[in-house]
Amino acid sequence: MELKNSPKIITLVKTKFTLYLPLIKSLQTGLLLVTGLTGYMSARCPVMTLHTFLGLAGSLFLAISGSTVLNMVLDRDIDARMARTANRPLPSGKISVNEALFLGLTLSLAGLIWSFSLSFLYGMVVFAGLFFDVVIYTLWLKRKTAWSIIWGGISGGMPILAGRALGLGELDMIGGLLSLSILLWIPTHILTFSMHYFDDYARAGIPTFPSTYGYKNTRLIIALSSLGVAFSIALGLFFLGLSWGYLRLLAVLTVGMLGLVLGSVFRPSEKINFGLFKYASLYMLSSMSMLVLGVL
Amino acid sequence: MKKISALDRLLLLMISLIAAYQVVAGMDGCCVAVTIYYTVAFGILLITGLLLIIFGFEILDNSTVVVAAALLPLSLSSGLIYRYIPGLYMVYLIFTVMGLVLILVTRYYIGGKIAAIALAIVHGVAGMVIFILPISLSIKGVTSSLFSFVGIGGALIGVGGLLLAFLKAGKPILPKELIYSVLPCLLLVMTIAFVVGMAAER
Repeated sequence: MELKNSPKIITLVKTKFTLYLPLIKSLQTGLLLVTGLTGYMSARCPVMTLHTFLGLAGSLFLAISGSTVLNMVLDRDIDARMARTANRPLPSGKISVNEALFLGLTLSLAGLIWSFSLSFLYGMVVFAGLFFDVVIYTLWLKRKTAWSIIWGGISGGMPILAGRALGLGELDMIGGLLSLSILLWIPTHILTFSMHYFDDYARAGIPTFPSTYGYKNTRLIIALSSLGVAFSIALGLFFLGLSWGYLRLLAVLTVGMLGLVLGSVFRPSEKINFGLFKYASLYMLSSMSMLVLGVL
Repeated sequence: MKKISALDRLLLLMISLIAAYQVVAGMDGCCVAVTIYYTVAFGILLITGLLLIIFGFEILDNSTVVVAAALLPLSLSSGLIYRYIPGLYMVYLIFTVMGLVLILVTRYYIGGKIAAIALAIVHGVAGMVIFILPISLSIKGVTSSLFSFVGIGGALIGVGGLLLAFLKAGKPILPKELIYSVLPCLLLVMTIAFVVGMAAER
């Protein structure tokens, strides 16, 4: 009987997995997870146990995934009005609101409980990230002001801060700088998207920087944010004591970023804009890799 | 314009990673000036790789990129001259500065064939320095024989520079599509040759 049912169970699990995967935005969750793990490794803990490392990865994955699913639930009406997101599982009706809400709450709670079991401070930072993201950014400010992205940025900077806090047992300036770099990187991501999908956001009635302050000012903010990312990462890596070789590499990558920033301000185009966004993402990934390689 | 393929992107990523390695590794025992010259050269290689991945081959039509790319052979050759023939350094520095000014002026104010010829001359001289100097040094036994790989890289950078310069001048040596097809591979072999040669001297 059990054997007879097993193909059905496997099919059910496969179906659910296929439906749930887009709900957690695997790429975004993966990137934030990488920053969390990088933050932990940056602490150069005297004892780096597999148990803690896996605990960090598991708890962060659950908490980030949970908050992403909850955001999807809260934003389902917006998603339905935007061509880019209309096919997501909730607006397209592939998953019921109750099922997604249950999934989001379960993942978030599991992530939080696991986080607090590892360390109270770490748990508090993870909780802060989840709270800023779901309550402050999505529930309260996203539909009211274009400035809500700052809170989106703050919540995005929490995983790296949490990882470092777990490794060190305290919050420090380097963690703050690394967190700041993510905070500044996230607006470049969101603002580029809000320019690229301007009509979508307008149709959904979401206030964005391009719709509120115009394209020119938005490009300027993206340029300044990118510079801020470079500056905070450079300071973070410098204070971490990375070798001159890595700092030279960072300087080279920063020059590339500066070139694109100048291009986006003085010769603005959709292509340069998107190029800067892609370069900033590569810059972030490279910096995280350098951080890990440099402290090993 | 040839669309950049997945294989091109992979090759360019490898170029960027190898150049990044060289920037991090640097050169032990070198003075600050040589380190800066080599960092600029490999840094340009790294950024060129990334920009080509992001924007495709169209980026090669951008004047700023052309001027920046000219810094690669100029910077690398200046580093070699500074380290191995310090007596000629001042003369070469003057050539480098004048060459850059020539490229800038012809690229932004004159354009056309004159800009391409100016680029070819400056590229050509710098490329010859990178080609001849390491090979002659390794033949004379001043450096390790593996250092001659830098010379091979110099030959390849010369070939690449000339192919692009003649293409821009409207008299391509090879069909445009073929040039863009072989460019990532050429750049990768050149980067590997440089890094292997440099490692021999570290």
